[in-house]
Amino acid sequence: MNVDGTSSAMRWTFRVSILVLCAWVLVPIYLLITNTLSSPEEVVSFPKKVWPSFNLESISFFINFAGVGQALWNSVLVACVTMVFSISAGAPAGYALSRFDFRGKSFYRVLILMTRAFPLPLLALPLAVLYIRIGLDDTILGLALLHTMLALPFAVLITYSLFSGIPVELEEAAWTLGCNRFQAFYKVIFPLVLPGLTASAIFAFVISWNEVFGAAVLTIEHRTLPAFLLQGLDQAPLHLKFAGGAVLVAPALLFIFLVRKYLFSMWGIANR
Amino acid sequence: MAEIKIKSVARRFGKVEALKSIDLTVADQEFLVLLGASGCGKTTLLRIVAGLETASEGEVWIGDERVDRLPPRDRKIAMVFQNYAVFPHLTVFENIAFGLRMAKLDQNTVDKRVKRTAELMHIDPLLERYSGQLSGGQRQRVAVARALAMEPEVLLMDEPLSNLDALLRMEMRAELKSVLAESKTTTIYVTHDQVEAMSMADRIAIMNKGEIVQASDAVDIYRNPSHRFVGSFIGNPPMNFLPAKPLEGSMWSVANLQLPGPAHPSNATDSQIEFAIRPEDLTVGDATTEGAMHVKVRVVEPLGSHLLASCLVDEQLFRVVLDSDHPITSGDSLYIKPMMDRIRWFDAKSEHVL
Repeated sequence: MNVDGTSSAMRWTFRVSILVLCAWVLVPIYLLITNTLSSPEEVVSFPKKVWPSFNLESISFFINFAGVGQALWNSVLVACVTMVFSISAGAPAGYALSRFDFRGKSFYRVLILMTRAFPLPLLALPLAVLYIRIGLDDTILGLALLHTMLALPFAVLITYSLFSGIPVELEEAAWTLGCNRFQAFYKVIFPLVLPGLTASAIFAFVISWNEVFGAAVLTIEHRTLPAFLLQGLDQAPLHLKFAGGAVLVAPALLFIFLVRKYLFSMWGIANR
Repeated sequence: MAEIKIKSVARRFGKVEALKSIDLTVADQEFLVLLGASGCGKTTLLRIVAGLETASEGEVWIGDERVDRLPPRDRKIAMVFQNYAVFPHLTVFENIAFGLRMAKLDQNTVDKRVKRTAELMHIDPLLERYSGQLSGGQRQRVAVARALAMEPEVLLMDEPLSNLDALLRMEMRAELKSVLAESKTTTIYVTHDQVEAMSMADRIAIMNKGEIVQASDAVDIYRNPSHRFVGSFIGNPPMNFLPAKPLEGSMWSVANLQLPGPAHPSNATDSQIEFAIRPEDLTVGDATTEGAMHVKVRVVEPLGSHLLASCLVDEQLFRVVLDSDHPITSGDSLYIKPMMDRIRWFDAKSEHVL
């Protein structure tokens, strides 16, 4: 084994980089959780305890705060509609990309990613105007449509890699055994992609769940939780902000953790 | 049980001609092997018969029905794929039953057929397993059982053994041959393995660059190649070829020999025809042997059952199969005499036999 100076320096750089990157993600989450589970007095006091006191005062106060329940419900609704829209539009596109050769296919793939190149503020304001004109403003459906636009590229790319991972021969075998295209899909392909499809749906859910700018611009009465927090907690005491943050982050983190292997496969990293 | 007729089928991918007007008839119950190097169009032809690919032109008939416009499910075929294509989310039983259920057969018939074909392929103890719990050989058996359970008129197999290791391949080859002989199903079998082709086929169709160059039984193809490609492709090692120069009458000069051959073409010039002989169709003599060819030995490979000597004649490679205990080393001179009735002549331009 090589133990000279350069390679050991390389190794240390590598380790330190890993540590820094992990800390980058984990320290804020740690602070968020400990502060949420501390009493309001502990949150503003110093020095901090390493281990929180598991005081549920902040969180229960937050949950019972007027409007939180409604906002949470709106968030769930918007996220579910986004999920249904992006899968029902994204999965067929992913299937087409993986199974058929057509003119401009690679351009089409770039185009899908390009939709994410426009900053949301640029889109949200004209969209708000348009929504007001056609009466979609401040509705669950209107916001879900915007979120679908954000989630769709990922849905297409994830399902594309899912379908590409299933040999065409399985479908062809089904055809020779008496299936038409549709039967072959739901008898053979669908059961095989179901776990990945679920993951892709959950990812769409999380994108909608976390989205704040569009939600803040497009809704007034029907705020989703992030938009509600942005507006309502601005003036709130510190411990409530922490509680709000935790309620927002926890489900997203959990879901992403559950579907991580499919997100890797989207970028072509082996999912084993 | 049905005859397959392929009538001037061509397939073009853009400007590339993958198949150039193929005509082929496979008799009822015949086992036909399509043999050729990769990229020769054999799999494309099979997929056109299966309906997984569309011919640019031509007709495909199975029995009395023209099928080239029908989807695969209406062609009364079954296919075995190179990578097995066993459905991973179904048990072995459900895999074999898949086509039968699609055909809406009653549960009794399904049970009976699955059981029979599973026994035939020796996978009856595995019926409750999933594909992930099977070895490559077992998966192949499932794929064949699934096809046979359909009791198809035509069985199509696309290099079914090429993913198995050598020993298993030999075992499966013999087993598959006996199973298929019993089922009496008309079969088209695609392979690039000439030993596999020769051991299994009733008839071999050799393909090269999108054309069938010869279709005949194994011995005929080996002994009487109709095309230079067949001689250079079949046999391990393949045929030796040497240029022949015209002499008086129908005599030809090959290396240091003068041999009687075909009548001269009217416009005969140098090396327009080629002399060909298989490496084992030569007898070894010495410097005094009349009609012996003088060759220089370059490499000797002891292969157990025989020696393979790679020699040079007029700077051309010439292989000779010798008895295992022949005392020969590289650098030696060798005097070999071709067996007259085994010599073949090819037109160097058209590459057809003369």
